[in-house]
Amino acid sequence: MTKDTLNQDIMNIPAEKFTFAQADKKLGDKKLQTKPVSYMRDAWRRFAKNKASIVGMVIIAVLILFSIIAPFVSQYSIEYSDGAYRNVLPKISADASGGFWDGTERYEGSLAVYEREYAMGVESGRIVVQKVYGRRTIMVEGQARTLYSYRRDTYNAVGYMFQTITRDQFQALQDYQDETGIQVIYPMLDKDEMYASTNANYWYQTYAEGSSHAGEAVFDEDGNYIPLYRTGRASSYSLYDSLRIAGDPGIEDPDSSDAYVYYRVVQGGVEVRVLYYEYYVYMNGFEPYFIFGATGTGGDLFVQVASGTRFSLMLAIGVAVVNLIIGAIYGAIEGFYGGKTDLIMERILDILNGVPFMIVAVLFNMHLADSLGVVGALIFAFVLTGWIGTAATVRMQFYRFKKQEYVLAARTLGARDRRLIMKHIFPNALGTIITSAALYIPSVIFSETSLAYLGIINLNNPSEGLISLGSLLTSGQAAIATFPHIMLFPAIIIALLMISFNLFGNGLRDAFNPSLRGSDG
Amino acid sequence: MVKYVIKRLLLAALTLFIIMSMCFILIKLLPLPAIVGNEATREIIERRREAMGYYRPIMEQFFLFWQRIFTTFDWGIGESMYQTQSVMEIIGQKLPATIGVNIYSLIVSIPIGLGLGIFAAVKKNKWQDHTISTLVMVFISVPSFVLAFIIQYVFCYKLGWFELHANNIETTQNIWAQVFSPAMFVSMIPAIASLAFGTIASFTRYTRAELSEVLTSDYMLLARTKGLTRRQATVRHALRNAMVVIFPMILGNFISVLAGSLIIEQIFGIPGIGALYVTSISVRDYNFFMAISAFYTAIGLVASIVIDLSYGFIDPRIRIGAK
Repeated sequence: MTKDTLNQDIMNIPAEKFTFAQADKKLGDKKLQTKPVSYMRDAWRRFAKNKASIVGMVIIAVLILFSIIAPFVSQYSIEYSDGAYRNVLPKISADASGGFWDGTERYEGSLAVYEREYAMGVESGRIVVQKVYGRRTIMVEGQARTLYSYRRDTYNAVGYMFQTITRDQFQALQDYQDETGIQVIYPMLDKDEMYASTNANYWYQTYAEGSSHAGEAVFDEDGNYIPLYRTGRASSYSLYDSLRIAGDPGIEDPDSSDAYVYYRVVQGGVEVRVLYYEYYVYMNGFEPYFIFGATGTGGDLFVQVASGTRFSLMLAIGVAVVNLIIGAIYGAIEGFYGGKTDLIMERILDILNGVPFMIVAVLFNMHLADSLGVVGALIFAFVLTGWIGTAATVRMQFYRFKKQEYVLAARTLGARDRRLIMKHIFPNALGTIITSAALYIPSVIFSETSLAYLGIINLNNPSEGLISLGSLLTSGQAAIATFPHIMLFPAIIIALLMISFNLFGNGLRDAFNPSLRGSDG
Repeated sequence: MVKYVIKRLLLAALTLFIIMSMCFILIKLLPLPAIVGNEATREIIERRREAMGYYRPIMEQFFLFWQRIFTTFDWGIGESMYQTQSVMEIIGQKLPATIGVNIYSLIVSIPIGLGLGIFAAVKKNKWQDHTISTLVMVFISVPSFVLAFIIQYVFCYKLGWFELHANNIETTQNIWAQVFSPAMFVSMIPAIASLAFGTIASFTRYTRAELSEVLTSDYMLLARTKGLTRRQATVRHALRNAMVVIFPMILGNFISVLAGSLIIEQIFGIPGIGALYVTSISVRDYNFFMAISAFYTAIGLVASIVIDLSYGFIDPRIRIGAK
């Protein structure tokens, strides 16, 4: 160090004398060795740790998949219905002897019913009586009645039917028989001797009406049914020239006067007696197969439940998103500006909050159902009061964050209100907002299904592809004693929807806001 | 305190007034439903409509409506159901059944719900707690009408323990006595159970949450250090403090369940307000609709006031309305 520099006037050092002490080094903070964990990633990590919420998420995913895929998997559409197969039981297994989910039921019927259903299997090989459990005798009005208990295939129990078809259709049906070798048309019956002449299933001799055994079969000495087929010489202009059932004398000699007759000429065509199962296959190209069973009108419950699930999910998620947006904006304005604005807006909320949802739904349905449709009116009803919860949550969050130092810092640096709201406060409140939306979804599903169940809002219109799980429950309840499956499947799906969304929502809340964990049980 | 109560009551009254006014106007904008029934009935209803000013401009009707209610509390007569009978009278006849079924369900729910909640909190994070919490989650989520179907199927059809529908009520005799008679109670058991499951679940959830928070607080540690047993400390200190939150919840539930049994009443054929409301909507009897809507709205408002006020009553440390 020279004398010169020591004597220098330190207050007036010329600028050019300054140089960087460490010109060749760059100074900075130490680079972080770990990866930064963002808010969302942190929340996801907590969410993934929570088994219950993962279960909820998986169930939701399965239900969504089910509602989307089911219409493609099933051979039926929502509009479809076939009265013959009304109320048939759920079937996924083709093996009818197992007794589980195979379209069979344990059934107890009188001897006449038992013999009729047994006879169906004898005539066509489509066995109705799968297994006999036994019989018991009860006294009804002083008379002994024997009841037979057996496992009954509800699909085959549809049995035979008289169908009137045109001559062209008759010919086509015969061609189908010849081609496939499947007997669809069965011989006509001698109506004079039949037990119930409109019921195509009494193809055998029975005790007549009025007898104490009315409707029960008369057997020959070998214990076989005695057929009541109509016979007659087939003339050369016979319309029937196709498969004949076993035992038909017409197989050897169609001109025999004992040959069975397979049709009756009526006005507009012919009347034939068909085995409905095979006729169904011929008409539709597939076998009757209802995974969840059939509804009271013969629609496919599987597709209808899937459609109801889809409707519930779409409505609930749609409404939740709309309410999220409205609630977030309203709550943000309230919470951010506070004071008089907040007071007035809160009073409006107080009034809206007092309106029971039922009243809103009913009034909107009365006023708007004609112009907007039932669904439109329902959405409006949900939107009118649904966002209040979100608004309250957002308002709280805004009150919490707006006084924090980092917001003050941003304001000092000149950030405008809009930027403060969008960039600084809103992202922090996002988790809570999403949670409130997720927990809102089950309540929408609950309201929608209950309104539809009570019939206050008519969401039962399968012919237009609209059906709600609630209205399925209504029809299920009517048949709860005899056909519980119609109620069971929609009820299970509703329960699953509610449970899964609640689990999911709770998981989200715990993830975004760990301090609240466990406050719900 | 008094000032706050008055303020809340006035606000609730104003809210009720606004909601009912909007409800009234919206209904009056709809065309009047056609009058059905025999000639004498039709004439009475027609005259009554005339007298109530149904054919005058809406604003005039509006004033007449409120005038009638403020002077004589007259909500009109039944038009398409309970024809020519006073709406208020019919509601008076239906109310006991609704109150009955809800009171029964609460009587069942409170001990079970609190008991399970306390048990779960004491056994926190043990298997008992996990089992209870899982069940609570299920019963809170599953809608009451799904439970009602299961109960109806299993206990009314399969086992045949109960009648499918609750007993009817003879309006000519003492209705309250009938509702609280043993026979009526038995016939209402399925409905009571359907309502109780959800209520029990929510009571358990709140009790567990509150109590487990209190149990970890410092004064509990102090209570244990000064020599109290775990049981003594829990009963004397923790439970009483947890009650500060639990009691208002029960009280609020007590009032608001009156509105919650709507579907259950319909399913089990309980001759109460809920079933009446649903029918009034489907047959479009607007007089009944208005009156019962007012009833439900009022109940909701009163419930929220009572909940807020009860905090102050049960724990004087909480100053209500203080800034």
